[in-house]
Amino acid sequence: MATTGAGLTGRAERADALIWATRPHRTLWRDAFDRLIANRLAMVGGILIIVISLLAILAPVISPYDYAQPDYAAISQFPTWTGKHPLGTDLVGRDMLTRMLWGAQVSMAVGLGAQIIVFLIGVPIGALSGYMGGRIDSLLMRLVDVMYAFPQLLFVILIMSALGRGFQNVFIAIGVTGWVTLARLTRAEFLSLRERDYVVAARAAGAGPWRLITKHMLPNALSPIIVALTFGIPQAIFTEAALSFIGIGIPEPRPSWGKMAGEYQEYITSYWYMSIFPSIAIAVVMLAFTFFGDGLRDALDPRTRRST
Amino acid sequence: MAQYIARRLLMIIPTLIAISLITFVIMHATPGSPLQPTAPNANPLPPAAQQALARRFGLDKPLWQQYLVYLKNIWNLDFGISYQYRTREVKDIIYRTFPISLHLGAMAMAVAILVGIPLGVLAAVNQNGPIDYVCSLFATLGVSLPNFILALFLIVLFVRLVPIIPRTGGWSSPIDWVLPTLALSLGPVGILARYTRASMVEVMRQDFIRTAQAKGLSDVQVVLRHVLKNGLIPPITILGPMFAAIGTGSPFVEKIFRVPGMGRFFVDSLITRDYPMIMAVILLYGAFLAVMNLLVDVLYGVVDPRIRLS
Repeated sequence: MATTGAGLTGRAERADALIWATRPHRTLWRDAFDRLIANRLAMVGGILIIVISLLAILAPVISPYDYAQPDYAAISQFPTWTGKHPLGTDLVGRDMLTRMLWGAQVSMAVGLGAQIIVFLIGVPIGALSGYMGGRIDSLLMRLVDVMYAFPQLLFVILIMSALGRGFQNVFIAIGVTGWVTLARLTRAEFLSLRERDYVVAARAAGAGPWRLITKHMLPNALSPIIVALTFGIPQAIFTEAALSFIGIGIPEPRPSWGKMAGEYQEYITSYWYMSIFPSIAIAVVMLAFTFFGDGLRDALDPRTRRST
Repeated sequence: MAQYIARRLLMIIPTLIAISLITFVIMHATPGSPLQPTAPNANPLPPAAQQALARRFGLDKPLWQQYLVYLKNIWNLDFGISYQYRTREVKDIIYRTFPISLHLGAMAMAVAILVGIPLGVLAAVNQNGPIDYVCSLFATLGVSLPNFILALFLIVLFVRLVPIIPRTGGWSSPIDWVLPTLALSLGPVGILARYTRASMVEVMRQDFIRTAQAKGLSDVQVVLRHVLKNGLIPPITILGPMFAAIGTGSPFVEKIFRVPGMGRFFVDSLITRDYPMIMAVILLYGAFLAVMNLLVDVLYGVVDPRIRLS
């Protein structure tokens, strides 16, 4: 570091500093954000996600009826698009629109909530494995291998049948089976980061394991982790829908899209709307997250752009 | 090669033991037993009858003994008697339902290969052209739509709106096969198309492709003889797990179309806690997956001579 005294070099340095100060401050995240904004498909996905989230949050306020309240005067009414029951009613006269809105809440809650569990299990295990190496690494990776030998949906179904139906149980089941991929990814990132010069330098400067992991390695492994979590959201939504579809997911009386689709699929040739509306909702939310995830991946890591 | 295959086959055994142990522990560590029905209208059994039933199914022994007995039995391919259908052995049920699931899975797999790979090739050859966009849209839909949602859409489309298929449900004639196969195959079609496209694009940038073009081969020749040969390796690696995933039947598709396959029995067995049935299906699945992965690894060596198995 040169001294900032008098003389030519000092003045030049000050000028440099001024240029730096006036130049808009750009970070990696800012660049990624700009790239994401420019991706039209990702933006469509993002806007859909925001709209569905708002509907989910506001469901208790904007729902015209109680989701469990049957209207025996209007059983199995076809959608009229306007009037009392715009999306019709189900077999016992519950308002479809209300149940769709509440279903959004379940899907979004499971999609996001399960990722928190996945993050809390997957990242520490992957980080520990990648950072420590040696025996701990091979032990943890053996565990990961066994988990991989299980088909995930089968494992989730198994855990659900053991825990029983329940809102929290769905989170738990998806969380404890979903961390494997994230753990592998985090481990791979940490393995390569461990040898980077700045990590070696930080260690040489006396940084302890905790500081190394949280201050130096984790921030640099964050973008693939975020992408993996984003792709995990539609996966979790799908899993919840699948569980509820076969009747071992969200318990009564809460409506869930998967449950509605599963309950009424027998009547698909007559009362088609009862299962088709929730099906469309699942399809839309899954596509929205997939588009957004694709865009996010391209934005965070421009090298792996798909369309090159 | 033979040695490699033998060693890999032996490695499957500890994997299966681990799977069976985990399944066994999860199934038994949870409250509720087949002898204590919690359903409100379940018939309460007198204690003597409960004990007799427990003895008959070996549920009165300590857990570790139950597990060892179970291991011994499956070594003799005896999966026990289904709790749910008390007169039938699990082996019989699987023997009757597995071929149906396999049949459906094989058809879906055939569709996936015959449509997915050409789709990916077309997309890669017409990069960023209209065909590419149609393909990638198709692939995205295939990847992100759950098959049970797709099944419902297909029914509405082909049975209600454009009545090409007269009915849904059953498995008696080929007309019943069409929709379940389509519903089960679209996801794999999408995945295969994506993989194929990505790997073809990668190969097309290689030097030897430029050489092939430079020596005057036509575009078709270049694609068929050089790109395809090298570009098909990644898609082949996912065929194994893919077939294991859909070959054992999809509970969802089988439920919607009332296909009498294994997946449907599996779901019923979960709800009724039919331990022998659950364990058998999961083990069968694990074994299937392991064998498929082995098959792919062997195939891998055949397709790409650079990979030596050791």
